[in-house]
Amino acid sequence: MKPIIETQVMRAVEAVPAAMLREARLARVREWIMAVVPPVLGLLVFAAIWQAVSLQNKAIPGPLPVWDAAVALFSKPFYVNGPNDQGIGWNILSSLQRVGLGFGLAALIGIPAGFIIGRFKFIAAMLAPIISLLRPVSPLAWLPIGLLVFKSANPASIWVIFISSIWPIILNTAAGVSQVPQDYLNVARVLNLSESKIITKVLFPAVLPHLLTGIRLSIGVAWLVIVAAEMLTGGVGIGFWVWDEWNNLNVAHIIIAIFVVGIVGLLLEQALIKLASFFDYQ
Amino acid sequence: MNAATVSQLHDTRFVELSRVNKAFATKKGVFLAVQDVNLSIKKGEFVSIIGHSGCGKSTVLNLIAGLLDASSGTLICNGREIAGPGPERSVVFQNHSLLPWLTCFGNIYLAVEQVFGKKEGKERLKQRTHAALELVGLAHAADKRPNEVSGGMKQRVGIARALAMEPKVLLMDEPFGALDALTRAHLQDELIRIVGETGSTVVMVTHDVDEAVLLSDRIVMMTNGPAATVGEILDVPIPRPRKRLELADDPDYVAARKAVLDFLYQRHARPAAAA
Repeated sequence: MKPIIETQVMRAVEAVPAAMLREARLARVREWIMAVVPPVLGLLVFAAIWQAVSLQNKAIPGPLPVWDAAVALFSKPFYVNGPNDQGIGWNILSSLQRVGLGFGLAALIGIPAGFIIGRFKFIAAMLAPIISLLRPVSPLAWLPIGLLVFKSANPASIWVIFISSIWPIILNTAAGVSQVPQDYLNVARVLNLSESKIITKVLFPAVLPHLLTGIRLSIGVAWLVIVAAEMLTGGVGIGFWVWDEWNNLNVAHIIIAIFVVGIVGLLLEQALIKLASFFDYQ
Repeated sequence: MNAATVSQLHDTRFVELSRVNKAFATKKGVFLAVQDVNLSIKKGEFVSIIGHSGCGKSTVLNLIAGLLDASSGTLICNGREIAGPGPERSVVFQNHSLLPWLTCFGNIYLAVEQVFGKKEGKERLKQRTHAALELVGLAHAADKRPNEVSGGMKQRVGIARALAMEPKVLLMDEPFGALDALTRAHLQDELIRIVGETGSTVVMVTHDVDEAVLLSDRIVMMTNGPAATVGEILDVPIPRPRKRLELADDPDYVAARKAVLDFLYQRHARPAAAA
């Protein structure tokens, strides 16, 4: 009897891993299908609706002509034909440069300001009315002030980026600082850490996830605002390019610009989410 | 008094609380948490503070730690008035309080560097950190982040961090309260071994009667709050090191356990409304 039982057991042991492997492989395939099929289907439905709209309204080009225009446009992204006619690559880069400068200044001032507001109740109470008053102001309302002060379009649009992207940085940093768990601060007190060590070893790492959320929101706002600001100020940039193509009545290019703005915004957001995931300790 | 008697005095009254009151200002007015607490702790002694929740036992510990300031009364440690927290009175917090962005090694190193960094080189500091990890049996987890290890291991890192500072007094605030019963028993045994090796003076807050009797030389039993105070102090005359299994039938152990239970559930039972 004994050998029979043994072979049965051995067969069962062999059978289980094979079945489990198959099961696991199936689960992976199912997961992959679920990850790929719905988004692709969504894009196809979107393209179909777009095509239908373009058939109804001859002024709006359909997906295929826009695709052809995009291929032509991106085959020569970095040409320069005078100040008002430059490749799409230059336009994107100059917009990104303005966003970078405006956002950089906002971070430079907003992060320390957020730390101070989060750490000192008195200053928080002092600045609260100013922040709540200025935060909801439409970014473009700041443009005339910028033009008045800087007497030039480029710094004015950087100013608009700065003033509209500083609020999420300040508010998220301040919230992060005021939410640092008391436990960590107690540890710092028992260890007698110096103020500089408290900031570098305790406060800053504890606030970093909040800070990165603020940066993500503020870059999102900055990228939203730059297109509108450039439409008004002109020069080289994706927003100005949209306006220029509107004046040329080149609708395909306007649609391309919409996609470009969307894709660049998406990439910025994804890069910052990726960055934030490195600092998620929980 | 000559130097010898002074140091003897310091050893028998290594930590001393006299007529300590602590009141908190709340929205409903002043809340007197602990009143007229008197307690002196010898060098090398293991003292537990036990009581129902809300009896101010953690308040007493935080006063010794210096994390809270007494409203009145004096607190002395090693012949000096306690003024604020410091590494000579290191704390093992209930929820481990490790910094999640540092590794287990990094958490201990931060403390070691803070205490010995001025006098010792980096190599020696690293040695100390590794020794502390080894003491709690976690040499293999040095490079892990706190969220990558179990609750019991986190608490052991917390103990290692506190011990690595070579404190005059080790303060433990319900150190095993958040752990399951088996892990808790295991860590209690480890603590018996570690305290045996280091000869530390320990003040531990607990609500676990068995834990208090198993570990302590003396058990400070607190009355119910508000205005809680030391109700009774019980000596546990069982020689150290103690073995958990041998204690179950030890008449001294049984008597001590009964005395604490009697205090907590007979004479100072928690008011029904608060339960």
